[in-house]
Amino acid sequence: MATVIVVTSGKGGVGKTTTSASFAAGLAQRGYRTVVIDFDVGLRNLDLIMGCERRVVYDFVNIINGEANLNQALIRDKRVENLHILPASQTRDKEALTREGVERVLNELRQNFEYIVCDSPAGIERGALMALYFADEALVVTNPEVSSVRDSDRILGILASRSRRAEQGENPVKEHLVLARYAPERADRGDMLSVEDVLEILGIPLLGVIPESPAVLQSSNAGVPVILEEDSDAGAAYSDLVDRFLGKNLPHRFITAQKKGFLKRLFGGG
Amino acid sequence: MLLRSPRFADENIPPFELKGSLFTLTVLHLFQLDRAAIERHLTEKVKQAPSFFNNTPVVIDLEGLVEPPNGLDGVDFNGLYALLRGHGMAPVGIRHGSPELQAAIRQAGLPILPDSRSAGAAKKTERPEPAPARSRIVNHPVRSGQQIYAPDGDLIILGAVSAGAEVIADGNIHIYGVLRGRALAGVKGDVETWIFCQSLEAELISIAGRYRISEQINLDPADRGKPMQIHLMDDRLVIDHLIR
Repeated sequence: MATVIVVTSGKGGVGKTTTSASFAAGLAQRGYRTVVIDFDVGLRNLDLIMGCERRVVYDFVNIINGEANLNQALIRDKRVENLHILPASQTRDKEALTREGVERVLNELRQNFEYIVCDSPAGIERGALMALYFADEALVVTNPEVSSVRDSDRILGILASRSRRAEQGENPVKEHLVLARYAPERADRGDMLSVEDVLEILGIPLLGVIPESPAVLQSSNAGVPVILEEDSDAGAAYSDLVDRFLGKNLPHRFITAQKKGFLKRLFGGG
Repeated sequence: MLLRSPRFADENIPPFELKGSLFTLTVLHLFQLDRAAIERHLTEKVKQAPSFFNNTPVVIDLEGLVEPPNGLDGVDFNGLYALLRGHGMAPVGIRHGSPELQAAIRQAGLPILPDSRSAGAAKKTERPEPAPARSRIVNHPVRSGQQIYAPDGDLIILGAVSAGAEVIADGNIHIYGVLRGRALAGVKGDVETWIFCQSLEAELISIAGRYRISEQINLDPADRGKPMQIHLMDDRLVIDHLIR
């Protein structure tokens, strides 16, 4: 039985697409047949971050409209086996996403994949609502600042009231918190909210803390999911996040500021 | 002669006893103290229904009276009585009116009747008891952008109320979590309603329309994270510890 996971946040620019790319790549690396869908019709950039924008022929909207079949539109990732990408259309708008159409595509994908990751657009309009409607689980990406946390809270409310599971009265969508762009030193100084502050406000389990890292920008410019940059702190944090999602009990890293001594800097660690 | 004093009065049979009783009386609502105008109007009324004005007992009600701007000098209640008697009415007393008017009535030696509140209260008890209002229980946190309303009854939230969320009830509001959003109890005007929460960090609290926004709440920082209760006293919101 396939699991549909939405990566959502409410606010834009917090790291949804980065998280979708690395999360999907991480699941595939661990042997699960995984597809990641870009729901940001009109502003697609999952394919850029995944480094496959030049290979897009057909897209999500083509399939919904019956202009192509899934095999024509799905892009196989060249680096990670088991990973497929379903890109968004650059030339349509989000009204092209009909509930029946999305459901049909998801049902077809369920036949062939174990994990279906839906990369939601920002906002709470049609694109975001369609991305979360069929979800079984949700990664709610938030940054340690007040407006981002507020918008995530709003999205959690929508997940609890307007998803298919909520409407049908089934078990609620399982919620996971991903705290991205976290800088422990700045949280200690009070410049940003701390992990505890965010958890207290949102009250959902923490799946992972992704540190603020130059590696994220570098890898996204290079078209590589940062989880594949295994030596980077952000890559390691995403790797832990995927393991935790799959049931491993790992302590959270990158949540405390560390003064790096000379030896530590020399030998790495932390 | 009606009153005689026999030499040996029977002490076992009291000459009278006092008992309360209810009467239906005509009430004359007086609006002006203009003698000429009253007389003119009375004559007209008597012409319309002569049989009605046959020693009819009336109560004079001053509630709607517009008091003359030049004070109460020259106001003559005995004169008013005489005027009414002259038109076939038997005034039995006066009710309502400002303290000054009541003093003038007392000075004239006329009876003042109590307000008719008891009649309203008696009517209320006859009405069937309304069915007890059901409380609305919400077993999840209330998130930003959500609004939950409990009509006619209490609202019970098993979780936090986020900033940007709104919980509203005609009755009381109980929040088993942190209140960061807005809570409005007694929105139909019930001043007896309360708000309870496990920690008060609200954007707005309101009871029966009396409200305070966060910067007017002025909670002692030491009380942050403590269970609090909010109610109205003398038309002011009172915020207090839940457990003293």
